[in-house]
Amino acid sequence: MAKELCLSGKNVTKVFGFGDKKTVAVNHVDFDFHVGEFVSIVGESGSGKTTLAKMLLGLIHETEGEISFLGKPREIKGRKQKREYWKEIQAIFQDPFSSYNVFHKIDAVLLDCIKMRGGKKLPYEKKVEMMTEACSFVNLKFEELTNKYPFELSGGQMQRLMIARIFLLKPKILLADEPTSMIDACSRATILEMLQNLRNEIGMTIIFITHDIGLAYFISDTVFIMEKGNIVEYGPAEKVILNPEAEYTKRLISDVPKIHEEWDLSTV
Amino acid sequence: MKHILSQVFHSGKFVVGFCIFMSILLLMIFYPIFNPGNPLQIVSIGTFAEPGIYVSVYDAVDSDMNTLKLDEAPAKRLDSVLKSEDRVKMVMWFDAAGIPVDNLSIHDTEALLTLWEENYDATIRPEGMTKADRNYFQRLDGNLKKVIVTHDKVLARQDPSSSELSVIRTIEDTDYVNIKKVANVKRLPLGTDNFGRDVLKELAAAIKTSIFIGLVAGSIATLIGLTFGLLSGFIGGLVDDFIMFITNIFTVIPAFVLLILISYSIGQDQRGPTTVAVVIGLTVWTWTARAVRSQVISLRNRDHVNLSKLSGHNLFLIIFTDILPYIASYVIMALILQISGAILAEAQLSLLGLGPKTTEVPTLGLMMNWSMLYTAHLNGYWWAYFPVILTIALISFSLNLMNTGLDQVFNPTLRD
Amino acid sequence: MGKVMLEVKDLKTKYITRFKEDVYAVDGVTLQIEEGKSLGIAGESGCGKSTLALSLMGYYFAPLHYTSGDIIIDGRNVSTLDTDEVRREVLGKEIAYIPQAAMNALNPTQKIIRFIEDVIKVHKPEMTKPEVYEMAKERFHILGLPEKVLDQYAVELSGGMKQRTVIAISTILSPKVLIADEPSSALDVTSQKMVIKMLRDLMEKGYIKSMIFITHELPLLYNVTDDIMVMYAGQIVERGSAKDMVFDPIHPYSKGLMGSIIVPETGTREHELIAIPGTPPNLKKPPAGCRFAARCKYATPECKIYNMEMKEFGEGRSQRCRFSVEHLREVYANG
Ligand SMILES: Nc1ncnc2c1ncn2[C@@H]1O[C@H](COP(=O)(O)OP(=O)(O)OP(=O)(O)O)[C@@H](O)[C@H]1O
Ligand SMILES: Nc1ncnc2c1ncn2[C@@H]1O[C@H](COP(=O)(O)OP(=O)(O)O)[C@@H](O)[C@H]1O
Ligand code: SF4
Ligand SMILES: [Mg+2]
Ligand SMILES: [Mg+2]
Repeated sequence: MAKELCLSGKNVTKVFGFGDKKTVAVNHVDFDFHVGEFVSIVGESGSGKTTLAKMLLGLIHETEGEISFLGKPREIKGRKQKREYWKEIQAIFQDPFSSYNVFHKIDAVLLDCIKMRGGKKLPYEKKVEMMTEACSFVNLKFEELTNKYPFELSGGQMQRLMIARIFLLKPKILLADEPTSMIDACSRATILEMLQNLRNEIGMTIIFITHDIGLAYFISDTVFIMEKGNIVEYGPAEKVILNPEAEYTKRLISDVPKIHEEWDLSTV
Repeated sequence: MKHILSQVFHSGKFVVGFCIFMSILLLMIFYPIFNPGNPLQIVSIGTFAEPGIYVSVYDAVDSDMNTLKLDEAPAKRLDSVLKSEDRVKMVMWFDAAGIPVDNLSIHDTEALLTLWEENYDATIRPEGMTKADRNYFQRLDGNLKKVIVTHDKVLARQDPSSSELSVIRTIEDTDYVNIKKVANVKRLPLGTDNFGRDVLKELAAAIKTSIFIGLVAGSIATLIGLTFGLLSGFIGGLVDDFIMFITNIFTVIPAFVLLILISYSIGQDQRGPTTVAVVIGLTVWTWTARAVRSQVISLRNRDHVNLSKLSGHNLFLIIFTDILPYIASYVIMALILQISGAILAEAQLSLLGLGPKTTEVPTLGLMMNWSMLYTAHLNGYWWAYFPVILTIALISFSLNLMNTGLDQVFNPTLRD
Repeated sequence: MGKVMLEVKDLKTKYITRFKEDVYAVDGVTLQIEEGKSLGIAGESGCGKSTLALSLMGYYFAPLHYTSGDIIIDGRNVSTLDTDEVRREVLGKEIAYIPQAAMNALNPTQKIIRFIEDVIKVHKPEMTKPEVYEMAKERFHILGLPEKVLDQYAVELSGGMKQRTVIAISTILSPKVLIADEPSSALDVTSQKMVIKMLRDLMEKGYIKSMIFITHELPLLYNVTDDIMVMYAGQIVERGSAKDMVFDPIHPYSKGLMGSIIVPETGTREHELIAIPGTPPNLKKPPAGCRFAARCKYATPECKIYNMEMKEFGEGRSQRCRFSVEHLREVYANG
């Protein structure tokens, strides 16, 4: 695997509010994500995962610290710079039901992606071909989706459509914020499989956020464990999950129900 | 869209509200068509003519007559002369004159009259009866005689030079004129007001002005409130602080006080309906702004907005495609409430004498104001103020009903 | 064999949509739970788990309608009662139900104790407010919930705390059957564990006599319930003890579901995730024959023709596939 740096952060901090209401959502974290890596960020709810993700996406400003993109400090002040940046990094969010504009049809969602990749002038047949390809990548049939609204699909199908969107955009980095926590286990397997395909076939760097350490173990190369805004442990998935060092990691592991080992309920 | 509309019209509340509002609109549109002319034209000399149909006596006597033999005619004639207070007075006279009235009912016209004819004597001076009373009874007696004794009436013309009278027609008690043949008949379903103007015509015109004021003021308020709410909620930060600061200033000073002050300082002559509407619109937008802002803030954090940003869409595109459609139904409801609020505000202002100037067009508030100034409410001229109050109430009621109906459709948690 | 707490015989219910179409969401479910036992129901989204939970209470309101079948709670047939009787005599007291999004349904403007008072008012009107408070305090204490929650508002509680509070409120009358529909799916793993611990305490202390637990998280079911039932397209396709179901699923659909299990244990990374392709059938028109046929790897043309009933095979196990258990086991063993 190439060890080229893709995204990295130094002292990245986000503070919400001030005075009594001050919350340090992300507290001076350092991280290095490499090109082509499948990274997981694991933590319980409220540990600052989404906040970190939004900073990485450039949707909110970091209070302190510096984020570098492809080895150079990230410059996303102006709108133009932001647009360029967003061609390289895209996201899938937790709640598929709120990820779509309910007034837009599925075609519009996909056409928008083609437009963003500079394909605005392409003939319509070519666009349909691209959309069909993207849909079949996620096991959906474009003929069945065209002229439908996203809310007519199931949660799992909506998340798959999100991945189809990513397939069209082909960013360097995909940030997936708990993409499977609102859908059933069966669709979850499909989604995970597709994320792996994105990485394997397109070489995308994937940053996968989850509260389920089992998923992180299953799917990722590197795992970062976050507790209350701090990164308490990180390293290769095998090492972090099978030989955890931080107390918090051990607790997260013990919280997940298992099938071969005893699940100890007395430690809550 | 079609689907939403059909749902809206399935809501009972909305339909009832819509029907009431439509009937008011129909009145507003069609009455002036059938009854053209300036609504402020004075049609009657003297104030507060009662509702009814007015037939020109002058023309009636010249019209072709038909003879109708109607049994109940004499009795009706009597009834119209003998009002119930006269009957009471008659009994009082019997009483004072010491005539037994034990079995007499004041509704029994025949018995009353027989007794009167038998006993009334202008020379009797019962104790405690004033001169005025005695004159009254003499007058009453005269009137009664006129009706009971059905002499024909004679119509004469006076020659202007010789002042001689020449009979041109004899009118019998069985002569009737077809109202259609009378050249001049005026229908005043709601009578006239203090200036002698046709109240219904005035009302139709007033509804038009008031709804115009409501629409203009409501649209201005909604537009300002929507713009401020959107910007403040979506951009946040300093913009939000600044807009909220202004909004708070407007909220702290009650809108109505502000309204009074501005209206007063503009002066009577400058206040046309449009000016009043603008003034109302400029003072009541705050709650729309607040409501829109809180809606936008909760939408701003929805992931589809984040995704839209990531797709490189600019601020206005996001506001127009990702925010506005979501709050559209909400804004429509706010608009309806603002319209009904503005109509009420105009009425209140006018009642205080701070409404539009009185010479151009009537408004519902002005009509209230006039009838109050001329104490219609103290003298029982109900037609001058009650229809106006009812109209205001119905407009506001129907708009609010439509609003609740819409709420039920757009807000699934309220659906039953 | 313990006393049977809940028995359901061939229950059928359907939704009648706004467009007057029937959705056969529960189509012939038979099940039994004994005292002290818990039963898990697993299945994909949209296969009728929530509808089954709702139907089990015998309390129907539009768009859900009862078609046929019996629900017998501790010897009493509740499917023949009318809605009002069910509400007065059965809900909360005999059978308690925690809906899927229960924690978001708490009215944010009321203190928690008010909800408990409301529940008590219906069933034990003779209790005074201080008595209710004492009782609630004691129950919360035993279940390990802080007492001060009683005087707080729902918005002041975290997701996990809210969910545990909802469970405590729903079981305050010690019902015979508790139906929990995905009580922990919206929570993170830590809060989920606390919820599970609480449900187990309720069972152990005898506050609830039996439990139906609905989730799509199989490792969770394995750890929580005694038996597992797999549901597909409104029907039960397999039932057995938790251990058998996880390690030896027979029906191809159950087998597929078990393929989606992911746990943080050695070996997880090596096993390949096998997702079931396609989506469950539209329940407006359930397909004839085996309902899983359109997605089944092992389907033959006959599968689409013959309707299969549940067949028992061994200790408390039954399944619906037309192939024999031996045949299926062999097929699985050969990959
Ligand atoms: N109110 C309703 N009206 C009509 N059909 C409904 C209604 N609610 C659910 N359904 C349909 O009934 C079927 C079963 O839905 P149900 O909610 O029971 O599934 P579930 O297994 O609980 O899924 P999930 O895991 O998503 O909670 C689905 O096909 C669904 O579309
Ligand atoms: N926009 C915001 N304003 C104030 N506090 C926030 C905001 N977003 C997140 N927080 C706080 O930051 C912390 C971390 O939140 P989040 O990043 O969403 O965690 P996670 O994604 O791990 O659940 C929480 O305490 C949360 O309440
Ligand atoms: S009956 Fe046929 S289609 Fe159905 S599960 Fe068995 S093999 Fe598959
Ligand atoms: Mg989050
Ligand atoms: Mg459900």
